[in-house]
Amino acid sequence: MPKFVFLWTDIALWLMALATVVYACYVRRSPNLRQTWSRVTRDAPAMCAGVVLLVFVLIGLTDSIHYRSALPAALDAPAGTPTAYSPIVKSALEGWLSDTTLTKPERRFSAPLATRQFVKESVLTDTGVVREYRPLIHAGTHLSSPDAPRMGDITVRALSGMAVGAGASLVLLVILIGLHARRAGGWGSACHRIVHNDTDLPVRAIWLTAFIMLLVVGAVGGLSTGYHVLGTDQTGNDVLWRAVRSIRTALIIGSLTTLAMLPPALILGISAGYFKGRIDDAIQYVYTTLTSIPGVLLVAACVLLMQAFIDNNPGLFPTSAQRADLRLFLLCMILGLTGWAGLCRMLRAETLKLRELEYVQAARAFGVSNASIMWRHILPNVMHIVLITVVLEFSALVLYEAVLSYLGIGVDPTMASFGSMIDASRVDMSRDPMVWWSLLTAFVFMLALVLAANLFADAVRAAFDPRSTFFRVRRRPYGVTVKGAA
Amino acid sequence: MIAYIFRRLCYGVLILIGVNLFTFLLFFAVNTPDDMARINIGGQRVTADAIARWKAERGYDKPLFVNTEASGSDKWTDTIFYQRSVPLLAMNFGTADSGHDINREIRNRMGPSLALALPTFVLGILVSVSFSLMLVFFRATRLDFWGVVLCVVLLSISSLFYIIAGQWLFAKTLNLVPYSGFSWGLDVVKFLALPVVVALIARLGPEARFYRTLFLEEINKDYVRTARAKGLSERVVLFRHVLRNAMLPILTSTVSAIPLLFMGSLIAESFFGIPGLGSYTIDAINSQDFSIVRAMVFLGSVLYIVGLILADVSYTLADPRIRFE
Repeated sequence: MPKFVFLWTDIALWLMALATVVYACYVRRSPNLRQTWSRVTRDAPAMCAGVVLLVFVLIGLTDSIHYRSALPAALDAPAGTPTAYSPIVKSALEGWLSDTTLTKPERRFSAPLATRQFVKESVLTDTGVVREYRPLIHAGTHLSSPDAPRMGDITVRALSGMAVGAGASLVLLVILIGLHARRAGGWGSACHRIVHNDTDLPVRAIWLTAFIMLLVVGAVGGLSTGYHVLGTDQTGNDVLWRAVRSIRTALIIGSLTTLAMLPPALILGISAGYFKGRIDDAIQYVYTTLTSIPGVLLVAACVLLMQAFIDNNPGLFPTSAQRADLRLFLLCMILGLTGWAGLCRMLRAETLKLRELEYVQAARAFGVSNASIMWRHILPNVMHIVLITVVLEFSALVLYEAVLSYLGIGVDPTMASFGSMIDASRVDMSRDPMVWWSLLTAFVFMLALVLAANLFADAVRAAFDPRSTFFRVRRRPYGVTVKGAA
Repeated sequence: MIAYIFRRLCYGVLILIGVNLFTFLLFFAVNTPDDMARINIGGQRVTADAIARWKAERGYDKPLFVNTEASGSDKWTDTIFYQRSVPLLAMNFGTADSGHDINREIRNRMGPSLALALPTFVLGILVSVSFSLMLVFFRATRLDFWGVVLCVVLLSISSLFYIIAGQWLFAKTLNLVPYSGFSWGLDVVKFLALPVVVALIARLGPEARFYRTLFLEEINKDYVRTARAKGLSERVVLFRHVLRNAMLPILTSTVSAIPLLFMGSLIAESFFGIPGLGSYTIDAINSQDFSIVRAMVFLGSVLYIVGLILADVSYTLADPRIRFE
C-alpha cells in the first residue's frame, strides 16, 4: 500500500474540480443560470474548446494524485518494522504510464522516433575509445538492431493506436446518441438530427473534436510503447512526457491564482462600492498604489523573498517535490495577491450602480444589516463579472507563467512547466545541428491549451456580459412548425 | 485646469509615498539585511564577519526605523529607512549593492530602451488600428471572420515563441539581421529591425481584436446611421466619423502607456541583447540586487502616475464633452 502524499496544489486542484461540479449542479437547478449557460453550450467552437480543455483537466487531475511507493522490507528486518517509503514522490499518471517509454529517461538528446542518440559520445570498446551515436536504452529495443529499417514498425504501431482511438470514439458516439435518443424520440431520429447538426448541444462538432483527439492520442500512445515520439531533451527526459507534466502546472497557475485573487477583490471591491466615503477612499488608495508598481517587478520582489524564506528553512520539506510544490503554491498566491486590483475596480463600479437600485434600497428600509445586503443582494449580482474575469484570466496566466519562468522567477526548476521548457529549448535551438523538437512540443501543447481556453472564455463572456448583444439566428427546432407562420 | 492637475499631482505624490513604504516593508522588514547579505555573498563564504562587512559597506548595519544610539534628529535620520527611502522621493537612487551609481546607469540605458520602445509603440498603433479598420470595413464577410480567427490564434501564442521563431528565421536561417546586439549610428536600424517586427506581430492579435470591438460598438450608433442616410460613402463614414470617435478610448489607453516606454521591455531587451533599462532590471533580478529592483519599482510607479495624469488631460483636451471637476 503506497503512502499518499497530499501536496498543497493537489488539494487545491481537486477542491476546485469539486467546486466546479457543485456549481454545475447549482446551475442545473437555477432556471436563470441554466438559460445563460445554454448560450455557451449551444456555441459549437466553445464546446469543441470545452472538449479539449476537459482532456487537459483530466490529465491534470490524474497527475495530481501523489504517492510514495512502499519499499520492499529488508531481508533481516524483524516482524513489525514500519514499512519504509521511497523518497521519490510519484503521481498516479506516472505510475499508470510507467511501462511506456514516456517515463524512461535516456542519456542525452535524441530526435523524435530515433533509435540512436542525437549527439556522439565516447564509448570504450575492445579496440579503444570510439566516438559514436550510441543506441538508446529504452527506445527501439524490440528491433533486431538499432539500424534496422523501422518505418513498417512505426506505421503498424501508429495505425493500431489510431484503431484503438477510433474504437473509443465509436463507443463515445453510441453513448452520445443514446443520451440523445430519449429527447429525440428514438435512435434513428437521434442519428438523423446529429448528422444534420440539428441538436441543442452541438453534438456533431463535439464528437468530431473528440474523434480527432482520440486519433491523435491513440497514435501517440501506440508509438510510445516503443519509441520516444517527440524525442528527448538535454538530460534525456522524454519531451512529450515533460509537456504532459507541464499541463498540471499550467492548470494550477491559471486557476489557483484567480482563486487567490477573489477574496481581496470581492471583499474590498464590494465594500468600497457599498460604503462609499472614507472606506472607498482608503481602498481606492490601496489598489491604485498596487497597480502603480510594475507587475513583473512586484512579482519578482515577492518571489525573491519567498526564495530566501525557502532557502532559510530547508527543514520544512521532507521531499524535493514538496518543496517545488510549495513554491508553486506560493507563486500562485503572490500572483493572486498582486493582481486583484483590476477585478476590485470593476466590482466597485458595479456595486456603486447596484446599491442605488430599488431592491437594495428596499432591503435597507426593512432594516437588513449591511453585511447581509452585501451577501444576499449584491454578491449574487456581481458574480457574472467574477466568472468572466476568472475564465479570461486563465489563458493570460498560462502565458504569463512562461514569461516568469524565463525570467527565473517562475516555478521551481525541477518542476515541469511550459516556461522552463521554452527556456531550455532556447539553448537547444542554437546548437548545430538544431534541436527543434522540445520547442515545437511546448508550442503545440501551449497553443492547444491557450487557444481552447480563449475560445471558451469568449463564449462565456458573450453569454454573461449584459453589454454584449447576443443575436444569433436559431434555426427552427427539428420537426416543429412555427405557429401562425402560415 | 491648473487646479485639477495640481490636485492629481498631490494624489500622485501620496501614492508614491505609499509605494515607497510598501517596497521598504517588502524588502527590509520581511527580508532582513542579513538574508540579503547571505544571498549576495553566497555559498560557503558566508561567515558572521563577511555579513557584517557586507552590511557596513552598504550602510545596512543601521537600525531600521529608530536609531536609539544617536541623539537629536540623527535618531531618525541615521536609519536604513531614512537613508534608503527618502532620497528615492527626490529621484536619487543611490548606489547599487554591487557598487555602481544607479542614476548614471539609468541615464545611459534610457536611450537604447527608447530606441526600441518608441518605434514599436508608434508602428504598433498604426498597424493594429489599420488592420482592425480593414476588418471593420469588410465586416461580416469571410475576410473579417478569418481575420478574427487569426487574431485569436496570434494572441494564444506566447511572446517568447515569436522572439525565438523570429531569431531563428531572420537571423539564423535567412541571415538578414544580426542575432542580437546594439550600437548607435546607422547600424541601429539593422539591430532594431527584428525586435520591432517581432513586437508588432506579437501585439497585433490582442490589440487589433480590441480595436475591432471598439469600432463595431461605435458603428451601431445613431450618428453613423445619419451619416449614411446623408448619402456619405462607407469609406468617409468609417474614416471621418467612426475613426475619430473611436480614437477616444484608444487615446486613453495609449497615452497612459507613453511614459512607461522609458522602462523598456524586459523580455525583448534581454533576448536581443539591447543594453536598456529592461535588461538592467533582469540582470538585477538574477543577481538579486535589491537596491536596483527597488529603484526600478519606484521609477516605474512614477512613470505610471505621470501616464495616468497625461491620459486624463489628453482625454479632456480631445473630448469637449468632458470637463474638469
